[in-house]
Amino acid sequence: MSSLQTGWQQLWSIIGKDLRSELRARQVWASMALFSALVLVVFYFAFDLRVENNAAVAPGALWIAFVFASVLGLGRTFAAEQEHGRMDRLLLCPVDRQVIFLAKLTGNLVFLGLVEAVAVPLFAAIYNLPILSGQLLVIVVLGTIGIATMCTLFAAVASTTKAREIMLPLLVFPLLIPVVIGAVRATQSLVAPIANDPLWPGLLVAFDIIFVTLSALFFQYVIED
Amino acid sequence: MDTLTSQPVAPGNQSPPQPANRAWLDPVRKYGEYVLGGAVAVGMMLSIWAAFVLAPTDAVQGDVQRIMYFHVPMALLAFFAFFVVFVSSIIYLLRRDERWDWLARASAEIGVVYTTMVLICGSIWGKAYWGTWWDGEPILTTTLILWFIYVAYLLLRFYSGRTENGARNAAVLGIIGFVDVPIVHFAVTWWRGLHPTGYVLNGATPDTPPAVFVALMLAMATFTLLYGFLLLQLYRLERYTTEAERLRVQVEYGE
Amino acid sequence: MNAETLSAPAVPVEVDGRIPVEQAKAVVVTRVRKAYGLRPVLRDVSFEIAMGQCVAVLGPNGAGKTTLLRILATLTRPAQGSVSIAGYDALHEAHTVRRLVGYVGHTPLLYDELTARENLLFFARMYGLPEAATRVDALLARVGMHSRANDRVGTFSRGQAQRVALARGILHDPQVLLLDEPDTGLDEDAITLLHELVAERKAAGQTTLLTTHALERGLLWSDMVVVLINGRISLTGASAEVTLPELRALYAGAGRSGR
Repeated sequence: MSSLQTGWQQLWSIIGKDLRSELRARQVWASMALFSALVLVVFYFAFDLRVENNAAVAPGALWIAFVFASVLGLGRTFAAEQEHGRMDRLLLCPVDRQVIFLAKLTGNLVFLGLVEAVAVPLFAAIYNLPILSGQLLVIVVLGTIGIATMCTLFAAVASTTKAREIMLPLLVFPLLIPVVIGAVRATQSLVAPIANDPLWPGLLVAFDIIFVTLSALFFQYVIED
Repeated sequence: MDTLTSQPVAPGNQSPPQPANRAWLDPVRKYGEYVLGGAVAVGMMLSIWAAFVLAPTDAVQGDVQRIMYFHVPMALLAFFAFFVVFVSSIIYLLRRDERWDWLARASAEIGVVYTTMVLICGSIWGKAYWGTWWDGEPILTTTLILWFIYVAYLLLRFYSGRTENGARNAAVLGIIGFVDVPIVHFAVTWWRGLHPTGYVLNGATPDTPPAVFVALMLAMATFTLLYGFLLLQLYRLERYTTEAERLRVQVEYGE
Repeated sequence: MNAETLSAPAVPVEVDGRIPVEQAKAVVVTRVRKAYGLRPVLRDVSFEIAMGQCVAVLGPNGAGKTTLLRILATLTRPAQGSVSIAGYDALHEAHTVRRLVGYVGHTPLLYDELTARENLLFFARMYGLPEAATRVDALLARVGMHSRANDRVGTFSRGQAQRVALARGILHDPQVLLLDEPDTGLDEDAITLLHELVAERKAAGQTTLLTTHALERGLLWSDMVVVLINGRISLTGASAEVTLPELRALYAGAGRSGR
């Protein structure tokens, strides 16, 4: 069996194992979904969003909800995995560390996907924005990949420090600025298209490609003992 | 049968390998620090004179424009400092030699200090020039994000303690953070609907008096020397702290 | 598959067309140093073990035994020095080494939320083992956990989890098996099982390293003994020639000089 095939098989094995574990044990994704819904509601009140303001501010609320939920939720799932000795189980196996990263990333994307399946319709309903469409899906996917890849890489980093709960947001928020800007503006342009708007999805794609690659490469250094 | 061999360890033979001693470097080692420090002091005095006396008052902005002589060199050097962090981090991950880790940490600390100064200067300048403390100008915004990234870097080091894990994690952050900064800048510039502009020199016209360039170059040289001087001091501090800790542990846990 | 033997049938380990050479030393440790934080844990440790040996690594708590085993298992790297397993370098040929090495640690390296069978099947897939289901079932039977194969590992007692961990350790028929205090918390039956495993491996020409605090057992089961005190090797030799009082004296000496 070629090493590519082996890697592929290992990838799916780990993803399957992680999803099964999560379903049976932690149910963190449910809390994440609830949390993002709450953030949307709080923003609604905080900014007193009436119809005129909507297009400008609402997309921001959606992406803040995602980023916050991701950072809190993915930090939790990783802390549980990393408790002393737990990464050892995987590290003993002859599996590429890049494969482990991609598996963790995919698992996290699935969780975030579930969260978004709740948050996005809620968002469209509360803010009265008829933007559920294929284009929105693309933007959401691109943005989520960016968020998930940073969170997956740095959750491993944060979980080794003494202040792990606060460390992950501190590390990840500044790094995610391009994703926040890009995703929010891309979402906004769906609601209220602007002429000559820069190609925001392009920025997201570039961000995703660069950082998924770099994170996969550097993950091994971060989970090493 | 087989053999089980072990090599007896000579007492005291347990510290990390010493760097090769080259005798001709001795005077540099002994006096270099003082020469550098002296140069910084002299340069700083010259720069202050140049900035406040030599350079003419700007016709449009008035004396506030003189901030530029401090703001610009520090901004460039802050970026350079983080570039040094980037390179040191890569080398550290590959070689696992703790000295590169010391260098990265030292450079990051100086970078953060310089960046803080840049933000403060930039704010003051902006307040005087635009009337507001903050207006989301792209370069300054990017600098703000840069500040957050590297403060997080220092916090990560702080919360990790002096461990190899901590050093490795910080190295990864040093690399990813540096790669992210241009992307942040891109995003922010697009966001403001601007094209990336040339910076200081854009304001230069054929009429700009040479004194301006002289003052700027002087300031640049001085702050570079200052960076070098501080880097040396901080690197040494890291080294002595680590070695002292190691000795303390040795004493405490016995031999 | 012979249900009587504990070892799974040999899995041909082929990497770049090479298969471990019989004449290569099972384990070669050269001038290994390791520190946690700034505290040295292993100071310039070197030794070799030939194939087919059973070696007891002994020493008081904090001597560095666990760290040494973790380095051999490629779970961590030495700060200096090198390690090779069956001729493969643990740093540069890590994947090959991982196929050749089995590790059973202090805590059972299993997933609590999965059942015993699911755990072993998962690891079998990670190692790319053929006929995983049959192999897993046979192993579970041999370690006496067949009746609880479909229960979550989180519900097991320490002894039960350790049995499954043992199965996981030998799942891929490793040339070198590392056991870190495998006898802690086990009942008599399980200890017998362990002894059988060690004996079978010796008969099959496979290498085993184990650490233990039960000095008598360590001497009894092993051919060779390596004693680590404060991160250094303070004694090596044939188990038959090392006496308990000698060991106890070494341990006591460690207590005096250190803290």
